[in-house]
Formats: sequence, C-alpha cells, structure tokens
Amino acid sequence: MQNGDIIKFVVFRFDPKSDEMPKYKTYDVPYREGMTVLDGLNYIIENIDPSLSIRFSCRQGICGSCGMLINGKYELACKTQVKEIIKNGTVKVEPLPHFPIIKDLVVDYSQLFEKLKRAKAYFISLDEDLEREFLQTPKQRTKIDKYLDCVLCGACMSACPVDETDWEFLGPAPLMRAYKFIGDNRDKGAIIRLKAITGIDGIWRCHLAYSCVEACPRELAPAIAIRNLQKIAFKWSLTGKISK
Amino acid sequence: MEYHEVIIVGGGGAGLRAAIEAHDRGADVGIVSLVYPSRSHTVAAEGGINAALREDDTWEVHAWDTIKGSDFLADQNAAEFMTREAPRVVRQLEHWGMAFNRADDGRMYQRPFGGQSYPRTAYVADFTGHALLHTLYEQVIARNIPIYDEIMIMSIVKHENRAVGVVGLNLKTGEVESFMANAIIFSTGGAGQLYQITTNAYLNTGYGMAVAYWAGVPLKDMEFFQFHPTGIYPVGILITEGARGEGAYLINGEGERFMAKYAPEKMELAPRDLVSRAILTEIREGRGAGPEKAYVLLDLRHLGADKIKKRLPQIRFLAIKFAGVDPIDEPIPVIPTAHYHMGGIDVDRFTRTELLGFFAAGECTSVSVHGANRLGGNSLLDTQVFGRVAGIMAAEFAKKHRIVDGSKAVEEEVKRIDKKIENLLNKEGHENVFKLKNELKQIMHNHLHAFRTEESMLEGLRKLRDLKERYKDIELASKKVTYDLELINAIQLEGMLDVAETMFVGAIARKESRGAHYREDYPTRDDKNFLKHSLFRYSRDGPKLEYKPVIITRWKPIERKY
Repeated sequence: MQNGDIIKFVVFRFDPKSDEMPKYKTYDVPYREGMTVLDGLNYIIENIDPSLSIRFSCRQGICGSCGMLINGKYELACKTQVKEIIKNGTVKVEPLPHFPIIKDLVVDYSQLFEKLKRAKAYFISLDEDLEREFLQTPKQRTKIDKYLDCVLCGACMSACPVDETDWEFLGPAPLMRAYKFIGDNRDKGAIIRLKAITGIDGIWRCHLAYSCVEACPRELAPAIAIRNLQKIAFKWSLTGKISK
Repeated sequence: MEYHEVIIVGGGGAGLRAAIEAHDRGADVGIVSLVYPSRSHTVAAEGGINAALREDDTWEVHAWDTIKGSDFLADQNAAEFMTREAPRVVRQLEHWGMAFNRADDGRMYQRPFGGQSYPRTAYVADFTGHALLHTLYEQVIARNIPIYDEIMIMSIVKHENRAVGVVGLNLKTGEVESFMANAIIFSTGGAGQLYQITTNAYLNTGYGMAVAYWAGVPLKDMEFFQFHPTGIYPVGILITEGARGEGAYLINGEGERFMAKYAPEKMELAPRDLVSRAILTEIREGRGAGPEKAYVLLDLRHLGADKIKKRLPQIRFLAIKFAGVDPIDEPIPVIPTAHYHMGGIDVDRFTRTELLGFFAAGECTSVSVHGANRLGGNSLLDTQVFGRVAGIMAAEFAKKHRIVDGSKAVEEEVKRIDKKIENLLNKEGHENVFKLKNELKQIMHNHLHAFRTEESMLEGLRKLRDLKERYKDIELASKKVTYDLELINAIQLEGMLDVAETMFVGAIARKESRGAHYREDYPTRDDKNFLKHSLFRYSRDGPKLEYKPVIITRWKPIERKY
C-alpha cells in the first residue's frame, strides 16, 4: 500500500437516542504509512464526520479504551496497523458484541467493572507494617507473570460464549484477575475469593471454549487461569477448605 | 446534584491514592473522572518509581539528586519531604499487591535511572504505571468508593471565598452535572496534547489546570515542559528511560555513542533535559540517522533477547507495532517527545492552593519538587506522596469545615455551564475546532520546544493570540451532545489556549536557561535574577505574571555537570 491510497472504512453507527436500527456507513480515508485503525477513525472525525463517537486515550495499547471488532477480529484500534488488517481495501469497524451501546463504537463497560468487585479481584492482606516489604522470590513472581497486564478492554467478555447467554457469569477478565491474587504468595484472601467465584455465576460455568484466549489483544490467557482456579477449587473442596 | 465530603476530580495515580487515603481516614469520598479510572494516563508510565529502599541508599541522596536534577528550582523542603516519604509509599503499593520485579533476596529489584547516584527505581517490567494504577483501582473497588466516570469538570464553584462544588458535562448522557463537597481535590493530569509530538494520551490537554486558573488559582512555573529523549520516530510514543537504565546506547547517524560529548560521566543516563538537547543538537548538526537524518538510534541489541523480553516487554511490543523493528535485532529510531509538565496548579507541600477547600496533586500541580527538570521515576512517586497528603488534608478539612448554603451557587453555575454548552452548539462561525487544535500543536512545536529564542517565542505568542481570536469564531458541525468528540474538543481547546499562553509568557520573561527551559539567546543559568518561581494569575487580558522565591534549606545552587 502507498501513501494516498483510498481505504474504505465501513463503520457501525447507532445512536440509541434517535435511531431505530444500527447502520453501517462507508468513509474514504487516504492511507499513510504507519496508519493505525484509530488514526483512520480520527481522520473521519476530524475531516469527514465529527458526529462519529469513539473512545480512545493512550494510543499505545495500554489503557484499554479502544477495544473493538476490526474486520471481525478483537483488537485495540490504537495498536492495529491498517496494513496488517485490511481486507479487499476495506476496514470494517464494529463495537464489542454483547455490550450495551452508548453511541456508535462506544459501549457501556459498567457490567465488567461491577464483576471485578464481585470476583473480589483485589489484593487482600491485613499486614500494615510499612517498615518492611513482603518478600517474594523471582521464582514465586513467575507464577503470576503471565496474568499481570490485562487492560480491561472487554474483548474477552465480548467473545465469551457463556457471557453471551448468561450476563451474570463473572467472565474471563475478572476471574483471571482473581487468579492473579490467588497465585500470589503475598495475598491472604484466597479462601474469601474462592468462595466468591465458585457460586453459580463463577468458575464452573466456564466451558473452556478458549474464545477469550483467542480474543485477547494483549495475548493473555484467561481460560488457563480459570482452569487453574478450577483445579485449586476442586482440591480445596476435597480438603474442606471451602465447601463443595 | 451529588454530595460527598470529599470530591476528587481525576482518577489517575494521584487521584486514586487521595481517594483511598481520605476514605481510610473516615471521609465520605466520591471520584469524578473524565475517563474510567483504569484509562487514566498513569497507566502508560513505564519505567518505575524511586525510593531509597536499600540500607546503603539514603533519602538525603535521593533529595540531592532530585534538587540537582531540578536545576535548583525545586523547593528543597518539598523535595526532602517527598524523598523521605518515598520508601513508605512504595512499600504501601507493595502491600496492596503491586507485583514489583524482585531481586534474588525476595526484595524489590531497583534499576538505575537518569540523574541518580544509586539504582533506586523500583518497577514492574516496563509497565509500572499500569501495575500501579490497577493496584490502586483494585483497592478503590475493594472499598466501594463511588466513581462518577466520563464527566468532564468545567468549573469550580466558589461560595464565600471557598470551593464548594464542581460542575461538568456527563459525556455519556450529554447532561450537565454538579457535585457539592466540603473539600475538593484536583488530580487532572498533564498537558502533553499541547504538542504535536508527545507521549501523552489524548486526554492530557491540561484542561484541569485551566479550570483552576479560571477560578482564580494561580499556576506556577508553566514555562518548564519536559521533552523525553526517546520517543518512537515519528509518532512520539514513549520508550522508557528504563531501556537506558538496563544499558541501551544512543547512537547517531555516524555510529557514534554521542553522549560522551555531552555527559562524559553519566552518558545515556544523564538527566532528560540534557539528553534531549544532545539528541536535537546531533540532528540539527546533520548527524541524525535514517534517510532524512531526522532521528537517532536507541540500540538495545547487546542486552540480549532474554533481558529484553523479561524487563522490557512492553517497549519491544511498541517498537514492533509502531516502528516496525524488533529491538532484539535492530535499533529503534527515536526523537525527543513532549512528556511531562513540571508546571501546574500552584500548591504547597501540603497540597493546599490559595483557594480554601481546594487541594491538588499529581502532574496538574507544581509543588514544586521537580523544579525545572524532573528526574525519571519521580513522577509516579509524586502522585503517591502528594496524592496521599491531599487525601489526608482534604479529609481533615472536610470534617472541620462543613459547607453551609453552597447549593444556590452550584445551581447558578449549572445554569451558566448549560448555557455555555448551548451557545457552543448553536453558534455560527467559520472556524473548525480540529483545525485550530492542530495549529495550536504546531505553534507549540515550532516556537516553544526544547530550544527557545525571544524572537521565535514572540512570533509564537502572536500566532497563539490570533488563534484565541479565531476560537471565538468556531462553529460545530455535529451539534450532538452524547459522547461528541467535536464538542469535547471545543470545550478543552479553550483551556488549552489559555494554558499555552501562560507557558509563552513565562518562557519569554525568563531570560536564562534552566533545566528544560533552554534559551539560545541566554544560554546560562542566572541565579541572581531568576532563582524564583513564576506565578500566573488569570485575567481577561491574559496572564498576570508574578514571582515567588524558591525555598532553599541546605543545598546551595552549584553548576550542574553530569
């Protein structure tokens, strides 16, 4: 592709305040070397149609604002190069499926954030002594290495077949983030947390379809974390640490 | 109208830290944020957070490094306070589960960073900010602190000479919303979006500073803006100083490690102002790399694949995505990029402003601990130390000074903001908001960058004032209110223009070179005339400039050599 080539951006448009049905609008965007999908969307807003709503911020794939479906693939728009994803001269951009739509590509994330709370996806410890640090060897740290940099973009929740039919299911990101703490030798909340995530909306609802692993734009593996949680919960229920 | 004892505007590192502290001290707290807190730009900090944690390091040396790094513009009592508090706030993060990288003895590993005499930067690979922000966010949800997200605060309401509330636009509903509080904390972040090439997120417009400025709170040291030496060419996305901390080299077009000429002792780990000027000098004098000699190279290859993957995975990802090079095999093309505003809302080391009941912390402020040039690893530290202090101060203030009868003033302000938005939506004109914003970014890039002269700055200021006139003639095409980026930009641009004006006025008046403010026409530091903070007060005719002394406790200014 060369600078100035025209790319067709096919963009999902829907304003629940005024539209009965969603529609797709096509915009011609001139290509330039290094252009990301977010650059393309911003070009549309600044030069063609300022009424298009998108959510974005850091533009380096770490804030998680711009999770979208781009040519059918879950991606962060800011780190997706147009040249890598373009198909037949077209880039099709849609909001994350199964999330309520606020406007166009902007979805309502409140369910996801609420589920973090329900999954007790936060560190629990009663140690208040700030004169010393907790110890953790590099080897102990490797247990949680792979689960650290979730950006809460929502792709895994959107891709999850269980979440699709059961909105109460805690879902991949909250459960993976709960696992991060259970795998951390410094945390003291494993039992409280396991109780919170082994109910009817918890880990046993996961089919291990691995859609979340495929969807994650940061290449994390929530399903593996959930499988590990299932193993721990099974073992602990046998030893009576948590009820069956 | 919502009421909380303490309202915190901004949910980044400083805001969330303040929220936790105020909550834990018994205050009823609400967080109002332009974005959902986990999107705040603290998330993009890469390199680490400084603290003298090891027994052979001391906070005094950390304070000295900070003050020398600041080119002696930091208030020394504030720098002492921050560095003394540093180990406790860093251990606090660790006690909340932040997954720091570890040394073999199980303690936090610390790497060397620019301008420091000891390896004291604790980190989580090269996404320290992400780990820090998410750790705080998790503690906020654990405490059930209410979050009002995607609300852009546009005004501080005053009643009987104190702050009693804030009013802003809810982006999701298009409604104007208001909050009353006994105490208000601003932690609204920096202003990198003023520049064409920046590491900062789209949300970092400096609008919060403008809102405080309009409310009569002075801004301080606005002429000092840090250019980070290593942004990916040409987009400016950050490659952490941690890369050089781990041993990466800077190489010019002739294959030379040119830092030897500028900072023979510290080399690549000299402070950022020096390294940025060195890179720009190499490029200006024709020793850049690449077909247009427009950048220099950051070479990590000798670190080896293992170290790069373990300690710098995020920048490897960024280099592959945005520069198309894998740093394991190829050096990364880099240029200096607008990164951090040392200036901001004038606060003392207790985070107090001139306005009663109004506190501020984080990058939107100038305490000043960073003075004319901030050291890498000190900004996350700033958010934690002063976020905590703001939480303490606001909680105490809120308990002692309940507001009485502020609701009328808040309601009046809601009406005014409603009308302002209506005017923006309905007015006719000839100018496009996005075009004006891009022109502003060019003006800043061309006239108020790392090298400055009186002539160029005066021209820039003329262009800026012309832009302010043209802003009055904007017309919006979209005329929607729900999540409308044109409207959001129009609102923010008004603030950006005023913030930019203070920066020009301060830079033109400061006829010396100090830290990040380098004047080619006045290339040396002038302690006799300019060892003082600039203070900017809002007036309809532009900023009124005043000065106030720098607080010196024990370190006399000396020449800065590295």
